[in-house]
Amino acid sequence: MRKMRYEAPTTLEAALALLSGANGQARVLAGGTDLLIGMRAGRVEPELLVDIKDIPEMVSIVAENGGFRFGAAVTCMELVEHEEFAKAWPGVIDGVRLIGSIQVKGRATVGGNLCNASPAADSVPAMIAAGASARIAGLSRKRETRVEDIATGPGKTSLAKGEIVTSFLLPRRPPHSGDAYLRFTPRTEMDIAVVGAGVNLTLDDSGVCSQARVSLGAVAERALLVPEAAAALIGTKVDAAALERLAAAASAACRPIDDKRGTKAFRFKVAGVMARRAAEVALARARKN
Amino acid sequence: MAKHHVTATVNGDVVEFLCETHQTLLEVLRDELGLTGTKEGCGTGDCGACSVTVDGRLMCSCLVLGVEAEGKAIQTIEGMAVGTKLHPLQRKFLEHAALQCGICTPGILIAARSLLERNPDPTEEEVRYWLAGNLCRCTGYHKIVDAVLDAAREMRGG
Repeated sequence: MRKMRYEAPTTLEAALALLSGANGQARVLAGGTDLLIGMRAGRVEPELLVDIKDIPEMVSIVAENGGFRFGAAVTCMELVEHEEFAKAWPGVIDGVRLIGSIQVKGRATVGGNLCNASPAADSVPAMIAAGASARIAGLSRKRETRVEDIATGPGKTSLAKGEIVTSFLLPRRPPHSGDAYLRFTPRTEMDIAVVGAGVNLTLDDSGVCSQARVSLGAVAERALLVPEAAAALIGTKVDAAALERLAAAASAACRPIDDKRGTKAFRFKVAGVMARRAAEVALARARKN
Repeated sequence: MAKHHVTATVNGDVVEFLCETHQTLLEVLRDELGLTGTKEGCGTGDCGACSVTVDGRLMCSCLVLGVEAEGKAIQTIEGMAVGTKLHPLQRKFLEHAALQCGICTPGILIAARSLLERNPDPTEEEVRYWLAGNLCRCTGYHKIVDAVLDAAREMRGG
């Protein structure tokens, strides 16, 4: 086996310098739950691994402008166990909780789930619905972008060479807000989404939906933001008719493939069902705060 | 390129080892440190047989690099009994016959202890969800869950 370098820098600047200075393929190591499997299978043969878990800003969860910023290398279990975060963003936690076993969640990160760019990643539709933004750093510049603009297709992202996602921001929530993520899998645990749907909505004081974001996973080459589905909810009391329009818009937004986990026809139908059910959960949560 | 020189704490003892970047913590435990209680099942994080804790966090040692163990505190099955005195979970696994071939047992014991440290009084459902990452191809899980619940009861003093 070829020799592989390992570095664990303690600053972002050092990590970026290592990544851009590598001779061959350099890979970021966060939780490693995809990377180590790829290395073991011989699919990835990096020359350099840059472990980002010794960089404080990449492993912390902090309050920011009434919302939360968490590092790209924060583990799923750390998010699940963060009581204030979990209370504020239960839909994001729905997604994070569905990622693998307790053991996998003890290592896996939202940053990794996003940058691995699987269309079926469970945390990604939840983060998109939540309106999360990602901070991206490269040697020459830092930028902020929407989570939905990062994955471009299976295993592919819009990140330039040498750029890494450093953290995510979930904004301050207005009162009467709730979010939810649901997925369809043949079994309840330890499975990969056939269809996933995230809904995040806010009600005004009279119970009318004033803002909404809807996202779908595993029905296209990447997780989708579906503004048409959100529009079906805005201005309504999220009643049966609105939910039906939401479901129709969600189904219409799919561009799925047939694969061993589900057929196209099944995904079209189930995307609407999952979106409707996620909206019902989000609505119940919004009414409680 | 020289091997990595890693210093870590394993079951309370400071250990030093040399490893290549690609070697997993599981390989280091078994092949470099001779701690073969931690088993390799799938090698891809699906089966939980290689479960250990790293700084108190339950994980699959096949999904951790040995070099990442630098400065960390690792707990393996070898640290579970105190001398010849079994941990209550180990005793209850024997009493309930919660193992057959035994390959999954070290990982399940480590995972179950991790659960009881966080939640001393779990429901059956909570036990089943927590152990969802530990596959057992022999028992059908029922006796494992019974043993964990019984151990929890005893550890609470009930």
